Amino acid sequence: MPNPFKPAEVRHGARDSRPRGAASRSVASGTRAGARLARRQDADCLVLELAGPWTTMTVAAQDVALDGLVPNGARSARIDLAGLEAFDTAGALLVHRTTKQLAARGLEVELSGGLETHRGLIETVRSHDLDCPPPPPARSALTTLMERTGRSTYFVLDEALSLTNFLGHTVVVLVRSLLRPGRIRWTALINQMERTGLNAMPIVGLISFLIGVVLAYQGADQLKKFGAEIFTVNLVGVGVLREMAIMLTAIVVAGRSGSAFTAQIGTMKVNEEIDAMRTIGLDPMEVLVLPRVLALILVLPLLTFYADIMGLLGGAVMANWALDISFFQFARQFNVGVPVWSFWVGLIKAPVFAFIIAVVGCYEGFKVSISAESVGQRTTAAVVEAIFLVIVLDALFSIIFSILGI
Amino acid sequence: MNAATDTAPEATPDGLTAPPPAIEVRGLRTQFGPQVIHDDLDFQVEPGEIMGVVGGSGTGKSVLLRTIIGLIKPAAGRIAVLGQDTGRLRPADVRAMQRRWGVLFQDGALFSSLTVEQNIEVPLREHTRLRPQMRRQIAGLKIGLVGLPPDAANKYPAELSGGMRKRAGLARALALDPEILFLDEPTAGLDPIGANKFDGLVQELSRALGLTLVMVTHDLDSLHAICDRISVLIDKRVKVGTIDELMQLPDAWIQDYFRGPRGRAASASGERRLRHGEAHAGGLGVSKADTLNVGGEREDA
Ligand SMILES: Nc1ncnc2c1ncn2[C@@H]1O[C@H](COP(=O)(O)OP(=O)(O)OP(=O)(O)O)[C@@H](O)[C@H]1O
Ligand SMILES: [Mg+2]
Repeated sequence: MPNPFKPAEVRHGARDSRPRGAASRSVASGTRAGARLARRQDADCLVLELAGPWTTMTVAAQDVALDGLVPNGARSARIDLAGLEAFDTAGALLVHRTTKQLAARGLEVELSGGLETHRGLIETVRSHDLDCPPPPPARSALTTLMERTGRSTYFVLDEALSLTNFLGHTVVVLVRSLLRPGRIRWTALINQMERTGLNAMPIVGLISFLIGVVLAYQGADQLKKFGAEIFTVNLVGVGVLREMAIMLTAIVVAGRSGSAFTAQIGTMKVNEEIDAMRTIGLDPMEVLVLPRVLALILVLPLLTFYADIMGLLGGAVMANWALDISFFQFARQFNVGVPVWSFWVGLIKAPVFAFIIAVVGCYEGFKVSISAESVGQRTTAAVVEAIFLVIVLDALFSIIFSILGI
Repeated sequence: MNAATDTAPEATPDGLTAPPPAIEVRGLRTQFGPQVIHDDLDFQVEPGEIMGVVGGSGTGKSVLLRTIIGLIKPAAGRIAVLGQDTGRLRPADVRAMQRRWGVLFQDGALFSSLTVEQNIEVPLREHTRLRPQMRRQIAGLKIGLVGLPPDAANKYPAELSGGMRKRAGLARALALDPEILFLDEPTAGLDPIGANKFDGLVQELSRALGLTLVMVTHDLDSLHAICDRISVLIDKRVKVGTIDELMQLPDAWIQDYFRGPRGRAASASGERRLRHGEAHAGGLGVSKADTLNVGGEREDA
C-alpha cells in the first residue's frame, strides 16, 4: 500500500516534461525511477535543475553525473531545487558536494527554489560533513604475500618463546595446586572430564575399531602370501597399542577439545570476562586453564586405553571374518606375540600429548584479540599447532624408545 | 523520512485521510517457554513521533523492540509497520521493509571485523547501487552527524570507547535514511554532555528527516527533552501518554518513576532544554506540531 511518507515512490515521473524556459542548452538525464537532473546555461550562469526523488535509493546515477560536471566557462551557478520530491541526506550530500566543487572552481553558487526543509537538510549536512581520512591503502597481493611471509617467519620464534613461557607458567600453577589440592576447582574439573572424555567416547571408539579392521585386513592381505596369516595378530596388536590408538585419540581430542578450549577462552576474552575475573581476584590460570589441563591429562590415558580395546576388537573381528582366526587363537597369539611394553609405550605418551593439546588450546584462547574473527583464526591455529606438536613429540618418543631398546 | 513529505499532513488538515500509524501492534503476546513477557499488548506510534519506552529492568522493552522488527516471533497478535503486516510479508517485502527502518541495539552490535566506516557501508552496499566513492562520502557524513571524530572512521569497534560504539551504531542505523529508527537505550553509558548532544542530534534528525523514533530509555532527561509520548511497560502491557498524562495515573511504579528525586530534577531541566532546543532547531524543517498526530487519535491506557 502506498505510504504517505514516500510520495516519491507513488508520484515519481508525474512531471516529467515541464516546459523549460529559455534553455540555451538542455541536457536531461535520469533513470526510470531515479532522480532527474537537467543542466542548461543562461549566459554566464550554469543552471542545474534537480527533479524527482533524490534519496539514497535513487541518486546513484546522478552521483556520477554531478561528479564529472564541467562548468564550461560559466561564472556562476544556480542549483534549482524546485522540482524536488523526496529528499534525504544522500540527496543533500550531493547538492552540498556539488556546491563545494563548483565553488572550488571559482564559481558563485546559489540555491533556488525548494522547501525550507530541503534547505534545512542541506544546512545540516553542510555543518556535519567530515573529511574522513582515507582508509589505509590496500597493497598489491604480492607485497602482502611477501610481508606475511616475512612477518610469520620472524614471529615463529616469538610465538615459540611465548608458548614456552605459557607452558612454564602452566607447569608452575599445576605443581602449586597439586601441592595444595584445596585450590583445585573440582566441579569445573569433573565437568571438563565429562566433556572431553565421556562425550568423546563414541567417536574415538568408532575410529579405533575401524582402524583395527583396516590394519587386520591390510596385514592379512600381505601376510597371506607367506602363509603367515597368524602374524596379523602381532601386526594389529603392536600397531594399535604402540601408535594407532594413542595417535588417533590425540588427534580427535585436539580437534574436539583443543579447539573448544580456544573458542571458549577466546570468546570470554572478547567479552572482557577474563579482565573481569582478574579484577575480582580470580586467577584465569587457576580457574580456566588448570581444570582443562588436568582434565585432559586424566582423561586422555583412559580414552587411549579404551581406544586400545576397541582397536584390538576391530582387529579380532576382522581376523575372525577374513582369516578364520578364532577369538581364542587371536588371544593366544596376542599373549605370545605382543610384548606388554607395547601397551605401556602407548599409554605413557598419553598424558604428555594431553598436556600439549590442552596448553596449546588455552594459550591460543588467551591470544584472541579484539574481534570475533580472531576467535576463528586462533581456533584453527590451535588445532593445527596441537596436531603438529603431537606428531613431532611422537617422533621424539620413537627415537627415545629405540635408543632405550624398547 | 523525506523532508518534502512533511507537507503531506497539511494537505489534509481535517485528518480525513490520515496516514496509517507508523507502528501498530494489536493484542501482542510474546513468551519464552512458560514465561509470558507481553500479554494482549497494544502499542501504536504515529508517523513523525518520538516515542519513549520505559519500564523496569526485564519487563520486556528490548523484547518488544525485537518483536516489532521481526527478530522474535510473537505467540499471538498483529504487528503492522508503515501500514504493512510484518507477519505476512514475503521475503522480498521484508528486504524492502528493512531498508525503511534502522535499529540501534542495546550494545551497539557493530561487526567486529569491520571498521566503523565499513560498518556504515554494509547496509548501503546491500541495498543500493551507489559507487564505492559515494558510499564512503555518505559514511563520512553519517560519522559527522553522530558526532564522531573523523579518525574514528578507520578504527575497529574494539578500539572505540563504549560511547563511541553507541554513536557508530547509530550511524549505521542511519545509513539508509530510514523512516523509522529503533533505539535501545541510546544514551546509557554516555557522559551527561554526550547524552545531551545525542538527544539534540536525535531531535534534529527527526525534524530534518521526518523520522519516527521508538526509543527505549531510562534517561529521564531524554524523556523530558525529546519524547512526544511515553509508553510504560507494566504488567505485560503498555500505558501510553505524555509525561503529564502519565503522572495523573495512580500506578505506584509510574509515580515512583516520574516523581522520584531524579524524575523531579529531570523535569525541571527538561523544560529548560526543550525551550532551548526549539530555538536552536527552529530553522530545520517544519515544527513538530505540523507533522504529529494529525488525525491520529491518542491512545491512552
Ligand atoms: N532469548 C531469550 N530467551 C529467554 N528469555 C528471554 C530472552 N530474551 C529475553 N528474555 C527474558 O525476557 C524478559 C525481558 O527481557 P528484556 O531484554 O526485554 O528486558 P528489558 O526490559 O529490555 O530490560 P533492561 O532494561 O534491563 O534492558 C526478561 O525476563 C528476560 O529474562
Ligand atoms: Mg533491554
